[in-house]
Parts: sequence; structure tokens; C-alpha cells
Amino acid sequence: MRPVYIAGVALTPIGEHWELSLRDLACEAALKALEKAEVERIDALYVANMGAAPLQSQLHLGALMADALGLYGLPAMRVEAAQASGGVAVHEAHLAVASGLYDSILVVGVEKMSDALPQEVRSALAMAEDQEYTAYTGVTDVGLCALLHRLYMERYEAKPEEIAALAAISHEHAVGCPHAQYPFRVSVERILSSPMEADPIHMLECSGIGDGAAALVLTADRGDVEIAASTVAVDHFFLTERGDPLILEAVRAASRRAYERAGISPRDVDLVELHDSTTIMGILSLEDLGFVEKGFGARYVSEGNVRRGGELPVNTFGGLKARGNPVGATGVYQVAEIALQLLGEAGRCQVEDAEVGLAENLGGIASTASITILRRR
Amino acid sequence: MVLKTSRPVGIIGYGAYIPMNRLKTSEISRVWGGCTEPIEEKAVASIDEDAVTIAVECARYAIKRAKIDPREIGAIYVGTESKPYAVKPCGTIVAEAIGATPHVTAADYEFACKAGTEAFQACIGLVSSGMVKYAMAIGADTAQGRPADPLEYTVACGGAAFIFTLKSERTLAYLEGSYSYVTDTPDFWRRGLEMYPRHGNRFTGEPAYFRHIIGAAKGLMAELGHGPEDFRYAVFHQPNVKFPVKVAKRLGFSMDAIKPGLIVPYVGNTYAGSTPIGLAATLDVAEPGDRILVVSYGSGAGSDAFSFVVQDAIMEGRPRDLPVSAFIARRRYIDYSLYSRMRGKIHL
Repeated sequence: MRPVYIAGVALTPIGEHWELSLRDLACEAALKALEKAEVERIDALYVANMGAAPLQSQLHLGALMADALGLYGLPAMRVEAAQASGGVAVHEAHLAVASGLYDSILVVGVEKMSDALPQEVRSALAMAEDQEYTAYTGVTDVGLCALLHRLYMERYEAKPEEIAALAAISHEHAVGCPHAQYPFRVSVERILSSPMEADPIHMLECSGIGDGAAALVLTADRGDVEIAASTVAVDHFFLTERGDPLILEAVRAASRRAYERAGISPRDVDLVELHDSTTIMGILSLEDLGFVEKGFGARYVSEGNVRRGGELPVNTFGGLKARGNPVGATGVYQVAEIALQLLGEAGRCQVEDAEVGLAENLGGIASTASITILRRR
Repeated sequence: MVLKTSRPVGIIGYGAYIPMNRLKTSEISRVWGGCTEPIEEKAVASIDEDAVTIAVECARYAIKRAKIDPREIGAIYVGTESKPYAVKPCGTIVAEAIGATPHVTAADYEFACKAGTEAFQACIGLVSSGMVKYAMAIGADTAQGRPADPLEYTVACGGAAFIFTLKSERTLAYLEGSYSYVTDTPDFWRRGLEMYPRHGNRFTGEPAYFRHIIGAAKGLMAELGHGPEDFRYAVFHQPNVKFPVKVAKRLGFSMDAIKPGLIVPYVGNTYAGSTPIGLAATLDVAEPGDRILVVSYGSGAGSDAFSFVVQDAIMEGRPRDLPVSAFIARRRYIDYSLYSRMRGKIHL
């Protein structure tokens, strides 16, 4: 296995892009990333996407995007692992370059959700769950998170405001981020007075719906940012089959392996992009990534440790909550953001002296976890 | 596209009408369990009211304010999406009821919530060209919203009528210009024989309401060489409280500028009646010399913007004529059961 580097990254602002199609968004990000990467050729194209089939009635995204980009004759495919599609696409591309088979791969994560009616988006997101046992009951992804949220509050005596603090801090970090969907401050009080999405989760504790595309060029040529580790792990698909639903086993397994491969411990990580699709998922993730002891995540967040100047800056561009969550593209956004931080190109969101960053991207209720660790060379 | 008259045109009379029944949105939430209430309460037409009776009521108030002979009205246009008949105009019934027949042209306009201001433009054109002396434009609706749909919390009943004639000392406000901004944007629609409209949820916001209102407002202001600071008041189509407040802010208007015309919290969204009632409420408090920006929005989609300058005659009828606030104050509360009966929600 040879080292893999990130040669170019590009992000479109996340928002309601009524004038841009799935193809337009993907091309905008991809062309910018290619321009920055300055590679001689692209050997393969991986397109990360979750919802194009139910929302745009479009499959076959590999060939579609390759054609739109004028890339002919190369292998091109769509990578799908629900909301973890982006992270898993980075993982697959990383393996292909590390193996020596390909020298340069373009990874594009793209999602377009705002054209669809809310009920269509809900149904599309529910496809991340088991249609035979879970999704058919009508429970939503936020509804499942609500079960975890309540159990967490009861078992660990966590207060609603401690958990909501993650959303408030994420919003604080998004201020000044040019690609963030919601780049403004929101207080904990306002979060907790927003309508209930699924009791006890408030609307402002959930990530929103948005369109966007992010692109990365992975290459074997030595660059400034190396992929120190990229791992994927899965857990029981059905939430109730898990020994303890408050333990995200996929996150534990994937992160343990990632730390081993990178030769680091959680203490060596300088910043993290969490998969905070709801606040509770971000809190549980912090614990299962090994940064905080189980049950202490909410307190750790509310004490301000995850602020930009704190012990472990988290969601430095706003996370899923404030940067936005164009589901299939989210994992690519996260890795691109870590790369921008390590390159010192994060603008107003810059974390000082960061050398190692970790991106955590989840599919379903962490049925799939993808971990990417980047290191500055 | 800017629309300018060949001869100056003004408003000589206006009148609004809002049915007295009110349904609180908290009552709708009690029944359907909704958690956000975009307005306080909405006006509901009684069992014997419809878009035509509302149009007739406000037409009568407009004539009273204008102090004209209805037989001199040469055109009557009703903008509505609640026509009691699929085929047979509301305009003819109004014309007959107010005594304007038979030497009159009458018809209905349909452009979702901006049908009323479409009628404004047609009337202004007829007057300016000299084809008619007086022309009456009415926006009136008994708006439809499917039970439990977010629309049900806001859709309401009411309307306002405006009589246009050539600008003189008698006119209450004169027109500086109008501007329309129209695209094919299917954000909200109702097919024939369907009782309730369907809508594209968040699609009704940014690419629909905001794009068109901002397009029309900026287009008109640029053509007239005005900025937001040149207008004392502004009226924007008000499907809820959030949208007009947000669009005002984005265009650079203060809350003080939109407050007099912001009747939606206590009346609801009266569709084609919404912007005209807002203009009527603003004229109720405006003073001579005030400039008013009016921008409607109709799904499908488009916006009509108007700039009016208030004249001295506005003060004359004020002690006598009923202001919009009187209709807002005149109310009785009903519960969801009675509302269901009045609005034909139950099919036996």
C-alpha cells in the first residue's frame, strides 16, 4: 500500500439551488477540484450519492457525470451507502490509489434534495433503514434518533441544554463559512424553544435539507495532505438488535482501525468533523470515537471544549447542522473541509496549527461508519 | 416590464370587506396537532357568503367612498380563484348588484393570488386610453386549504375593490407606474374539479414568492428612479407573516413601512384579496404626499408592482368611510366544527 494524497478540493455552497441540476452541481465542484489539482489525467471517477434514484429518478450516475465532465473511457461508478455514501466513496478511491492500480481519482459527492416535497425526502431518507422491520412502521430517521436521545438523557442524566449546545456551537462555527447553508448564530434557548421534530428532539437540533456538491482529487503524487487512514465498518442494521443502542459499534470499530493504521491515538487528533445529523448522533459519536468517556459527551460539549479555540474543535465549518447535510455528498464535504483546515485555507473558520483531522460520516443510525484521518505532511 | 400610462391615472375610491367570523389558528392546532401557527386568526366567510358577495360588499364601499354614479363605471373586473361558477363570470353579478349594467364590460381574472392586481392594470389601461371613465378592479377570495395542510392555518376570506379614473383633484392617490415580473414557476396549483390547491412546500418560497416580488419591486424602483427610502409605506402579498416581513427586510424597507398594510396576522391570507386589502389598510392611514409601493404575488408565477402617491383628497372621506380596521375589529369567534360547515369541509 502506498500513500495517498489529496491534490485538490472544491465545494459548492449548500442551499436551495433551484437553477442547478444534479449534473450542474457535480460539474461545478468537479471542474474546480480538477483545476486546483493540476493532475495529468484522471484514472477513475467515483460519484457519491444517496437520493438520485428516489428524488430525481436517476441512476447510472458514474457514466452520466463522466460524460458531463468530458471524461471518456475511464471507469466511473456511483458509490452508495445511504448518508455515508461520501465517506465510503473516499474510502474506495483511497484503496484504489493505495493499491497502485490507479494514480489519480476524482471523487464527487452530489445531492439535490430541495426540489422534492418533504414527504418524498422523508421516504428517501427512510431507505437507509430496514424496509421490512423498521422503515415500514413509518418511523423517520429523526424518530429513531429520538429514542436514543431520550434513553441517553435518562441513563446519563444529561440535560437537554447540554445536548443542544452542540447545535449552538456548530452554528457559531459556520459564521463566515462561504459554503454553509445556515451561517448564523442560534442560541441554546432558541433551539430548545423550536418546535418538536420528534420528542425530545427539537427542529433546530436536526440537520436540514439542502443541495450541494463537493469534489476531491486523490492522487499518489506527494502532496501537502495525506490520507493517513480511511476505514469503514458496519453494525446491526436493526437498532433493536444492538446490545446497547447507545453504543455506535460501527464508529468504534472503524475509528479503532483508523487510529491503528494512522499510528495515532484519539489524543493526537486536532479537529473533527462529526456526523451530527441530530445533536444526539454527534454526542454519541464523540464518545465512540474515543474522545470522551461514554455518558460524558453532552457535558464535554456544553463546557465548550469543542469550540474552535477549545481542546478539540468540532464541526469547524458548522457540521451537518449549520454547514448543511446534502446527504450523499456530506462525507466528501467533511473530508474536503479537513483538507482545507490542514492546508491553512479555511478562512474565517481556520483552526490554528492543526496537523491531524478526522472526518466521521454515518449511514442510517450508524449502521455504516466511515472514518477518514488526514495528516499534514 | 414597466407599464406607464399615456395620461395620469388615480384611485378615486376603494373599499374592503372582511367576513366577521374568525377562526383562531390555535383552534386548528387543537384539531390537527400542528405545532407552528403562522398567524393569530383568520376570517371565514359565513354559509351565505362567497367570493361574489364579498366582491359586491367591497364594490359598494368603494362606490360610497368615490361618490360616483355606478352607471358611469365602464369596466368591472374581478380577480379571484374562488369563482362560485366554473363558467359564468363574477363580474356580471357584481355589475348587476351595484347598478352598473348594462353599458359596461365585465369579466374575471385568474392568476392565483395576484388576480386582483392584474385587474388593476387592465382598469388603469382602459382609463388611461380614454376608453372608459371609471373602471373597477376587485380582488376577492374565499381561499381554499386542504384540512391539516399547512395552508389551512392561513387561508381566509375577504377582498377589496378599487375604482380608477383619470388623475384629478378628486383622486385619492395617483399611479406613477407599474411593473410585472412573470415566469412559468409551478409552485402552487389547483386543477379543474379539485377542491383544494396543491403546493410545492419550500418551493413556494425562494424561487417563487421572493424571486418574483423582489424582481418586480426592484424593476419598478429602477425604472422610476426610486429607492426604498422614497416610499413611506410598502405592501407586499401576505400569505403569512414571515414572508412579507422577510421580503421587506431584503428590499430595505422598515417594519414601520409595512405595518399598516400587514393585516395577515388577524385576517389571514385572502389570496387575490390579500394585496388589495393591504393597500386599502395603508391608504386608511396614509397622508398626502406619501408614496406607497405595492407588490402582489400570484403562484404560477408572477408579481405586479405599483407605485402610488397619495393626494390631498384622501383626507376628505376619512371621518365617514369605514376603514379596514373596522372590519378587523368586527369579529366573532367560531370553532372548527362551525368552520367545517361554513367552508364545506364535510361531504355527506
